[in-house]
Amino acid sequence: MSKLKPILPKAKAREAMEEIKPAFASQEAVTEANRCLYCYDAPCIMACPTGIDIPGFIKKIAYDNVKGAARTILTANILGNSCARVCPTKVLCEGACVLEDRDHDPIDIGRLQRYATDRVLETGEQVVAVSPLKSGKKVALIGGGPASLGCAAELVRLGHEAVVFEKKEHPGGLNTYGIAYYKMKPEISLAEVEMIEKLGVEFRCGIEVGTDLAVDKILQEFDAVFLGIGLGQGRRLAIPGEDLPEVADAIDFIAEIHSQPLETVKLGKNVVVLGCGNTAIDAVSQAKRLGAESATILYRRSEEEMSAYGFEYALAKSERCEFMFQVAPVEILETNGHVSGIRLAKTDSNAQPITGSEFTVNCDHVIKALGQTKMEKTLLEWFPKLKLGAGGKIEVDPLTQETSIPGVYAGGDAANGGAEVVNAVAEGKRAALHLHQTFTGEAVTPPAQTTRYGIEPPFGSGFYEPVRVSG
Amino acid sequence: MADLSINFAGVKSPNPFWIASGPPGNSAYQCHRAFEAGWGGVVWKTIGEAIVNQSSRYSALQLNGQRMVGFNNIELISDRAPETNFKEIREVKDRWPDRVIVASLMVETREQWHEFIKRSEDAGADAIECNFGCPHGMCERGMGSAVGQNPAVIETIAGWCAEVAEIPVIIKLTPNITDVAQPGRAAKAGGADAISLINTINSITQVNLDTFCPEPSVGGQSSHGGYCGAAVKPIALNMVETIANDPQINLPVSGIGGINTWRDAAEFIALGSTSVQVCTAVMQKGFRIVADMAEGLSDYLDSKGMQSVEELRGRALPNILNWENLNLNYARIAQIDYDKCIGCNLCHIACEDGAHQCIDLVDPAALGVGEGPGRLPGKPVPKVRDEDCVGCNLCSLVCPVDHCITMIDVENGKERLSWAEYQAGVEAGTMEPIPPHP
Ligand SMILES: Cc1cc2nc3c(=O)[nH]c(=O)nc-3n(C[C@H](O)[C@H](O)[C@H](O)COP(=O)(O)OP(=O)(O)OC[C@H]3O[C@@H](n4cnc5c(N)ncnc54)[C@H](O)[C@@H]3O)c2cc1C
Ligand SMILES: Cc1cc2nc3c(=O)[nH]c(=O)nc-3n(C[C@H](O)[C@H](O)[C@H](O)COP(=O)(O)O)c2cc1C
Ligand code: SF4
Ligand code: SF4
Ligand code: SF4
Repeated sequence: MSKLKPILPKAKAREAMEEIKPAFASQEAVTEANRCLYCYDAPCIMACPTGIDIPGFIKKIAYDNVKGAARTILTANILGNSCARVCPTKVLCEGACVLEDRDHDPIDIGRLQRYATDRVLETGEQVVAVSPLKSGKKVALIGGGPASLGCAAELVRLGHEAVVFEKKEHPGGLNTYGIAYYKMKPEISLAEVEMIEKLGVEFRCGIEVGTDLAVDKILQEFDAVFLGIGLGQGRRLAIPGEDLPEVADAIDFIAEIHSQPLETVKLGKNVVVLGCGNTAIDAVSQAKRLGAESATILYRRSEEEMSAYGFEYALAKSERCEFMFQVAPVEILETNGHVSGIRLAKTDSNAQPITGSEFTVNCDHVIKALGQTKMEKTLLEWFPKLKLGAGGKIEVDPLTQETSIPGVYAGGDAANGGAEVVNAVAEGKRAALHLHQTFTGEAVTPPAQTTRYGIEPPFGSGFYEPVRVSG
Repeated sequence: MADLSINFAGVKSPNPFWIASGPPGNSAYQCHRAFEAGWGGVVWKTIGEAIVNQSSRYSALQLNGQRMVGFNNIELISDRAPETNFKEIREVKDRWPDRVIVASLMVETREQWHEFIKRSEDAGADAIECNFGCPHGMCERGMGSAVGQNPAVIETIAGWCAEVAEIPVIIKLTPNITDVAQPGRAAKAGGADAISLINTINSITQVNLDTFCPEPSVGGQSSHGGYCGAAVKPIALNMVETIANDPQINLPVSGIGGINTWRDAAEFIALGSTSVQVCTAVMQKGFRIVADMAEGLSDYLDSKGMQSVEELRGRALPNILNWENLNLNYARIAQIDYDKCIGCNLCHIACEDGAHQCIDLVDPAALGVGEGPGRLPGKPVPKVRDEDCVGCNLCSLVCPVDHCITMIDVENGKERLSWAEYQAGVEAGTMEPIPPHP
């Protein structure tokens, strides 16, 4: 039994986890929408992996056509509401906004997108069109995360059947169980799932493919398969003390926050988080918010080398999370079978431990955020001939998302190695468009802007990489 | 410091800024506040036989979140008794002898005009302004714009006024007419001392799409209103210039319509106004706006080395010609400053869909333009095809960055040639016809 226990009472815990990016009030939204220049062939669109017509929906907000704005967004990106909340907009659409260049103040695209889609999500009103023609083709989607949701929604919209198999109780993948709580509550992800279900997607939850249902059976029953299984377990440290009861993986810690009342989430007083990617930042911030006296990131490299976004780092610092750079864990220390500290070594500029530099930091809760493993083993069990790329990613055709096995598609973290929700949706959608073409022979022309040089049409629909990806 | 004082048809004002006849000049209390804020004069809310107003009265045009870009009212002249108005004029004039008070009047018969002019003079008014412009309510009774739209009637009434008035008679014109020079000439012929314009323009600002009643709603119904505010400035400037440039009129002009800032005021003055009047901007923001007007105009005059407002007056008038006298051989083209361009592509789409299809989107590297704001791989820059640009200005108007697109002169070595000269030349066979645009 671990010695971790809940710290904050209900009201305090909720307050601490309130969303950090509040919704726009209606006039606020219109004022912001009016600032948008309505760029032509807008750079913000090019920077959105799902190619939402951003100036189009923003002007609809300005012109009192909020429902139309929601339709524009959700037609391009069925998870438009959660993306509005969780996308790293500063490196995507907002990072490309020309008003950054004129006024150092880009349009708050994320919050406008949320404003437009909130109401639709609340009322359950169906705004996206579903084709009245039914092809009779059936696609199985393995895993219920953003990639499968993006693919399944697009498939049913185009007139095909889509069945999602999810091993967990609820679909949504990391969107339901992994996003920092103060960015988005799991209820939002589930409301989106409900909307997608209403479109006609069938969900079969609590079924682990491979264990509860053989892949071969799926292959027999369905015309095609989409693999949206995400990434695997968190990586192991392989140091003494790793199996003590107060040592957890960040993904599991965050999943707990999302599957039980906040006031029952257990944690230590002095939490250390190993690693310094975005997941580590999310873990340390949530631990601090939930009442840890200290929450400290331990990272083997330098501040400059961390993979977390600058704005995420700034957020954690503003919450008084602490950071130690150039330290590597050597051993997790125990007292009577419980974590009592961690022994660290200082590292050199190559992140290698320096002999004789060891020291101890007191802590009673260790959270590992060392990245997730890939699902190579499972995948090769299912499809022995499946081609895997660097680091165990599923190899896909970048224009169609088809794997080396005809009729088997993949997208999201499992195929891109771990990116954002919006990339997963875009890849799922791309797979659906190609599936539609193979089922019906007719190509879907995505809504295209026109003349951007150097990029072959069609574009503006998630077919290409973001233009600007820098802090 | 330039001298802001003016002499308007013999009436001296410490500055050219007057309150136009309307709600801000409705009472002594408001006039005190206006003068305290620094206004040079007030044209009193039009006095006549007291009327009864409706509720509600105003509506407005909102544009992209900006309030009251245009303003509309269905109000009538003063709803206070004439004796109250004249008593208060006296009170204000006694306290502010150096400021101008103009009594705006609207009555029907010759006797009434005589009587009201006498009462204005007795109250100490510096001038009278005949309201021939109100487009609603009064015209149905044969007053306001019903008068202003009929030059013969203007001439008659101006004559009635001129025959008794010892103070200047200003005729206020309605813009709800095809050629504003006609009523202007009639006013002159009738013996008026000055002209003010414009009054409000017939309007319906919006329709409520739930009730299907235009605004302002009077119990679910509405009426044609009078339009004013920033949106009408271009119309007002055009009419002011028409009057000021008409050789047959040659009277002092008080310019009105959409004035909000010192720059607006300066433009009216450059087109021939001696004084300027403001109504809507004060209704929206209060009397305090005159501070910017006075300061801005003064600094502007200083920067141009002008000693007085008089030196600015009419400076733009000689530059307005009839179209056929403009130079056919002048050419300008658009030039983009790539150090400023942010890549919104608005110039491209405007020229492509709305003008002459001569702004291409090209690779900045191929164009050889270096670093610039938002210059990113994969992000094109607009490029003007000089030889196809007709110099229409559209792109430079659309561009959201100041001084990013400049229209530059093209030296083509051609002599000045007007349309009139060209026509004559072609007719005489001394000139080749210019081939039509492909
Ligand atoms: C802690 C954390 C925070 C993040 N924060 C953000 C953020 O703020 N913004 C952002 O844009 N992105 C964020 N991401 C990334 C984002 O969550 C992922 O890129 C995205 O969820 C990937 O979607 P996916 O569908 O590929 O995979 P997942 O979301 O991982 O979904 C895969 C699903 O497949 C299911 N599954 C797996 N195997 C089987 C099986 N055999 N049978 C049935 N079901 C199976 C899983 O249970 C899971 O539900 C974050 C990721 C993490 C880990
Ligand atoms: C509510 C309102 C009432 C007005 N009443 C009168 C009036 O009684 N007599 C008059 O001559 N003009 C009246 N006007 C017209 C103004 O004097 C002025 O000519 C017109 O509004 C244009 O100027 P602006 O754009 O500065 O408002 C009124 C205007 C408004 C908005
Ligand atoms: S780049 Fe910015 S200003 Fe231009 S359309 Fe996109 S959000 Fe609007
Ligand atoms: S000035 Fe007119 S024709 Fe020339 S580039 Fe601009 S929009 Fe096109
Ligand atoms: S409108 Fe101005 S800023 Fe926008 S692309 Fe054209 S030149 Fe550049």
